[in-house]
Amino acid sequence: MYPSHSRYTKDHEWVEPKGDIAVVGITDYAQNHLGDVVYIDLPAIGKVLDIHATIGSIESVKAVSEIFSPVSGEVVEVNSHLNNAPEVINQDPHGKGWICKLKMKNKADLDVLMTAGDYEKYLEGLEG
Amino acid sequence: MIREPLIFEISDKGKRAFALPKLDVPEKKDLLAGLAVRSEIRDFPQASEVEIVRHFTRLSQQNYCVDLGFYPLGSCTMKYNPKINEKVAVHPGFIQSHPLAPEDLVQGNLEVLKLVEDALSEIAGMDAFTLQPSAGAQGELTGMMVIRACLEDRGDPRKFVLIPDSAHGTNPSSAHLCGYTVQEVRSNENGTVDLEDLSKRMTGDVAALMVTNPNTLGVFEYDIKKIADIVHAKGGFLYMDGANMNALTGICRPGDMGVDVIHINLHKTFSTPHGGGGPGSGPVGVKKVLEPYLPVPRVVRKGSGFGLEFDRPKSIGRVHSFYGNFLVIVKALAYIQTLGPDGLKEIAEIAVLNANYIRRSLDKDYHLKYTTPTLHECVFSDKFQKDAHGVTNLDIAKRLIDYGVHPPTMSFPLIVHGALMIEPTETESRRDLDFFIEAMTKIAQEAKDDPAVLKAAPHHSYVRRLDETAAARNPVLKWENPGS
Amino acid sequence: MSYIALSDKDKKEMLERIGVASIEELYGCLPDELKLGRRLRVPEAKSEPELERSFDALAARNTYPRFLSFLGAGVYRHFIPATVDYLSARSEFVTPYTPYQPEVSQGTLQIIFEYQTLVCQLTGMDISNASLYDGAMAAAEGVLMAQRLNSRNKVLVARSLHPQYRETIKTYTRNLGLVIEEVGFGDCGGLKSAELEAKLGPDVCGIIVQSPNFFGVVEDVAKVVDIAHRHQALAIVAVAEAVSLGILESPGRFGADIVCGEAQSFGLAPGFGGPFLGFMACKKEHLRQLPGRLTGQTKDVDGRRGFVLTLSTREQHIRREKATSNICTNQAWCALRATIFLETLGHDGLREMAVQNLQKAAYAAETLAKVKGVRLKFSGRFFNEFVLELPKNAQAVLDALKAKGLLGGLALERYYPELRQDVLLNVTEAHPKDDIDKLAVALREVLR
Repeated sequence: MYPSHSRYTKDHEWVEPKGDIAVVGITDYAQNHLGDVVYIDLPAIGKVLDIHATIGSIESVKAVSEIFSPVSGEVVEVNSHLNNAPEVINQDPHGKGWICKLKMKNKADLDVLMTAGDYEKYLEGLEG
Repeated sequence: MIREPLIFEISDKGKRAFALPKLDVPEKKDLLAGLAVRSEIRDFPQASEVEIVRHFTRLSQQNYCVDLGFYPLGSCTMKYNPKINEKVAVHPGFIQSHPLAPEDLVQGNLEVLKLVEDALSEIAGMDAFTLQPSAGAQGELTGMMVIRACLEDRGDPRKFVLIPDSAHGTNPSSAHLCGYTVQEVRSNENGTVDLEDLSKRMTGDVAALMVTNPNTLGVFEYDIKKIADIVHAKGGFLYMDGANMNALTGICRPGDMGVDVIHINLHKTFSTPHGGGGPGSGPVGVKKVLEPYLPVPRVVRKGSGFGLEFDRPKSIGRVHSFYGNFLVIVKALAYIQTLGPDGLKEIAEIAVLNANYIRRSLDKDYHLKYTTPTLHECVFSDKFQKDAHGVTNLDIAKRLIDYGVHPPTMSFPLIVHGALMIEPTETESRRDLDFFIEAMTKIAQEAKDDPAVLKAAPHHSYVRRLDETAAARNPVLKWENPGS
Repeated sequence: MSYIALSDKDKKEMLERIGVASIEELYGCLPDELKLGRRLRVPEAKSEPELERSFDALAARNTYPRFLSFLGAGVYRHFIPATVDYLSARSEFVTPYTPYQPEVSQGTLQIIFEYQTLVCQLTGMDISNASLYDGAMAAAEGVLMAQRLNSRNKVLVARSLHPQYRETIKTYTRNLGLVIEEVGFGDCGGLKSAELEAKLGPDVCGIIVQSPNFFGVVEDVAKVVDIAHRHQALAIVAVAEAVSLGILESPGRFGADIVCGEAQSFGLAPGFGGPFLGFMACKKEHLRQLPGRLTGQTKDVDGRRGFVLTLSTREQHIRREKATSNICTNQAWCALRATIFLETLGHDGLREMAVQNLQKAAYAAETLAKVKGVRLKFSGRFFNEFVLELPKNAQAVLDALKAKGLLGGLALERYYPELRQDVLLNVTEAHPKDDIDKLAVALREVLR
């Protein structure tokens, strides 16, 4: 159900490694809970982040959620299309709704994250 | 039905609604020369008086209001606004006074302030009050600043403020504006402050605990004295958000519970009107030890009259240009004087009666997350409706509008998912309470029989469900001339 | 007298349904030791006629209305059209709650939308909020907003900014690590631009200047903005006398980043200082850092235009400790009055009112400066307030005028110790020429 090429955090971010680069976004569960996304506060290119540092925030009409970096690294690209079309995060959170790309500082950061299977089990635990 | 346009859509050059007297001093012809003046106020409206009166009269008819019906809004205390208060507040002696007039020329005003301070001190069990804050949130900020100033004076302002997870959003916001980091204290299975969690978190680094009592579930913090002791033992202060004072007037007093600082909302407990979003007034009461830090100026007795004291070296300074929302304070004084000691107690008693009546009448149809006894308000959730039929508190709220009732509070407390917080206040009649109960009961039935009706509600209002997502994605925050 | 609407029968039946014998039982969840157990020691209840009598007596102890007053200093007496009192007194405007349920609050919401539009038109800015408490708090919020926008921790404050606004800024910033430095005024009465230039640096988030300033002097806003921007600092312009916007060029036109101030002049009585009406407006790109409520336009499911509170994620009830401000209840009914006022006066009416203020104040300054020993203190152009330098201590002169039934203005000494002989006077369209002439005669007598 959740893409197996990605890893997942407890705060509902996904990260897809592509060589040195980590593509980051929020999961389908997150976008569903947030509601219609109205705005995203994207990080600046060049920003250096530790694991779990705040990348930015996402707003819906009634809520705001911070996005935490799943890995340490430097922001090399942001999906600025989201500035004009934040709804893409709702429509395609794991694809076109990607938020930013980081050049990873330490690939081993990925190892502590959940696999798709782990994440699905984790979600089941939340719903109960 | 007439859909009233924006004034800018009615406006046109040549229309006029007000004439000024002709200039009666010799006119300087070149007065504007050398001054940066504007050639016009672009797109500023011009309409006739009749159009303006109709404009506002028609718009007024699109507003629900207390004078029309019930507002079951938890923690808002939307009680009736007595008309005599409106009358006395517009007395020329009050409305014409300039705040910088010499003290001897405004003795009546100073007396009003002192009378209200004294009455609130007695009602809340505190030693001194400031009436400067313009609203509850500003009162919270003022109260927290007073606490910080006192701790700074003692050598250590400390770093943290503890706030229950059930608190209103202004609490953490105010603490943060005071330079404190907020830490959450858990609620237990009764919905009250978890004493164990509090004891763990209350350290010498914590400046204060901000508590609401009764809390946002309407539950009285039974252990409030124990809570105060835990906080005081580590040298911290107990701040009480007085938004729910309506349950307590004349029954018990925050000052007797160990509360050190409290803010009161005059536009809640003391009946001053909400006006569509203010003006309110958020007086702050303190125990003696904190009095030196209150905002300046203080109203003091001087000889046979009153004066203003500015020389208060420990004061936090000012939060308002002058003395607070004075005309709002006048209304509160009129209310207090109309009620007297017995009337003030009756507020709380009947508020609690009305709320428990509603709770008992709805507790079969709606889920109560916490079964603890409640006072002047109760919090249901949409669990029954959501689990069985996918109907949320939002749908229930919007359908209530079709029944002619304003929805209850939904956005908090955060610890109840899908909350419906209901506070009837003491001024509702049995007829209006039963009308609300009947509407809620019918809606619970509709949730079973025809959830689609709820999901598409409201059906009969001036506008139906509005696209708040679009409003936030592409904000249009003013009218712009389409021709420009 | 209370406002309870239950009969004895109602109470009895309600208690039965709840399943308790008395209301006291409902308070069983209170520890006995906390129950007050006595009557509150407040005066006994008054009937309506007694209340009216008592308030008449209180109001009568204010002898201020008997005096001819030229007090301004942030609170101004202007004509208020009859429409303002009449329309704003409607129940549907006085007694509704905050418009969180837009379907039943389109009246309030549309009016706020109009108010926001009017503020933008007057200030020349892109976005206005739905109101703040008053000018002092608006100035404080302006400073905090500037700090959030560029994360610099020092702010420059004009010494000619209203003293009570400056005190409030100090109080609001005292716990946030923001450093305040003042920039003085020159002989013209306006901000010393050389001093501003010297004090700007990479640690300064902005400069807040008032125009017309506390002394009534119109500042060179264009210059202040230019200097600030050259140092990547923000220019905050405060306006305490909103009627001035009827004739003076808007701060937005000069490139101000934030415009804040007091709109009491738009239809609110002096009311011993409140309730007033803080306003705040900013550039489009700073929208997300603007505090206060915002009303936006949208459509409903049937495609009809409607208005909603929007962008609430900036506010305390959602963003909690990370909110732009803790403000919740604001001054909506005052904003309503201002909206009625502005729409009644209309473009030409507001401009004419502003021009009359200029003319009358100019006449007053000229007439009073003809009194021997009196001179206009500052050389800068002024709107409807000006400072006179007297041949002796200003407070003593004011006391003598008071004995003649005149309040000649505000002695500046208590706010500016070096201005011992100076008085600030305000003249609006509401001061007849005769009253101005009376003041001149009295001043001449008192200084003889």
